Amino acid sequence: MKFGVVVFPGSNCDQDCFHVVDQVIKQPVEFIWHKTTKLDNFDCLIIPGGFSYGDYLRCGAIARFSPIMEPVIRFANNGGLVIGICNGFQILLEAGLLPGAMLRNKNLHFICKFVNLRVEATDTPFSSGYNKGQILHIPIAHNEGNYYIDDKGLAGLKKNNQIVFRYVNNPNGAIDDIAGIVNKNRNVLGMMPHPERCSEDALGGSDGRMVWESIVKWSKKKSTAR
Amino acid sequence: MFEAQIKVTIKKTVADPQGLTVKHALESLDFQGIDEVRMGKFIIVKLKAQNEAEAKAEAEQMSKKLLANPTIEDFTVDIK
Repeated sequence: MKFGVVVFPGSNCDQDCFHVVDQVIKQPVEFIWHKTTKLDNFDCLIIPGGFSYGDYLRCGAIARFSPIMEPVIRFANNGGLVIGICNGFQILLEAGLLPGAMLRNKNLHFICKFVNLRVEATDTPFSSGYNKGQILHIPIAHNEGNYYIDDKGLAGLKKNNQIVFRYVNNPNGAIDDIAGIVNKNRNVLGMMPHPERCSEDALGGSDGRMVWESIVKWSKKKSTAR
Repeated sequence: MFEAQIKVTIKKTVADPQGLTVKHALESLDFQGIDEVRMGKFIIVKLKAQNEAEAKAEAEQMSKKLLANPTIEDFTVDIK
C-alpha cells in the first residue's frame, strides 16, 4: 500500500514518518509538498507533526488552507485513510475533518516526555492490532494538546465510540483525557502522541509500531475483500 | 481605506489557562478584587471597501473563515 507524507513549511516529523513507513514497515512512501493540488493513488496520508507556518494565528489554522488540503479533504470524504499526528491532528481539527479544537496546555508548558496511553477503541484501521485497554508507552511533544469539545460533541464522540486513545495520567488538561479520536466514518485519526517516535526498540520503545501495522493489515484485508 | 480592529477571545464557556495564570500573577503582585482575566488576540486589518458596512462584513467573513475558531473563540469587529 502506498503512503504519502504531507509536508508543510514548518513540518518537522515528516522525515520520521517517512522513515518508519519506508524502513520499519517497509511500504512504498512519498513526500507530498503542501502546494500539490493532485493526489496520486495514495492509500494512506500522514499529516505529520511540527510547527506548520510557525503555529502563527492558531496551530494548524494556516496550513488548513494550503493547496494540498482540498484534495486531502476530498480523499478523506471518499473514505481514504488519513492520520494526523500532533500538529497534523491540529490541522485536521482546523480543517473540520475531526470535531473539536486544541487549547493551550493547562499548565502552559510545552510538554515533551513519554506518557502512558490507554487503547479505548480497536475497531479502527489505525488501532485494530492493539487490545482494548492495552497501555502504550509513547512520547508527546506539544504546547497545544489540551483537546476541547463542547458537551454535545463529547457525548457524540462517546456514543459513536470515536475516542481511540486516552491518557492514563492527563498531562495537558484535555477534556475526558482524550489523546486521539477518529471521525464518524473511522477513516480519519488524529492523535497528539507520536507513534512514529516509538516504532523501533532502538528509539526507546516500539509501542507505536502497531499503528502502522494495523493500517497495513486493514488495507490488505480491504483489497482481498474487493 | 478602513481599519478593522478584530478582537478574538476564548469563549466564556471554555477555560482560558493563560488568563488564569495572569490572574494569579496579578494577585501575587497584590492587585485585589480581580474577578477574572481573559486573554485574546487583537488583529488590525487595513482594507479597501466602498463603505463602513462593507468593510465590517468583509472583516467578519475573515474572522469566521480564518481569524477565529468558532469552536473555542468569539470575535468582535470594530471599524475605524
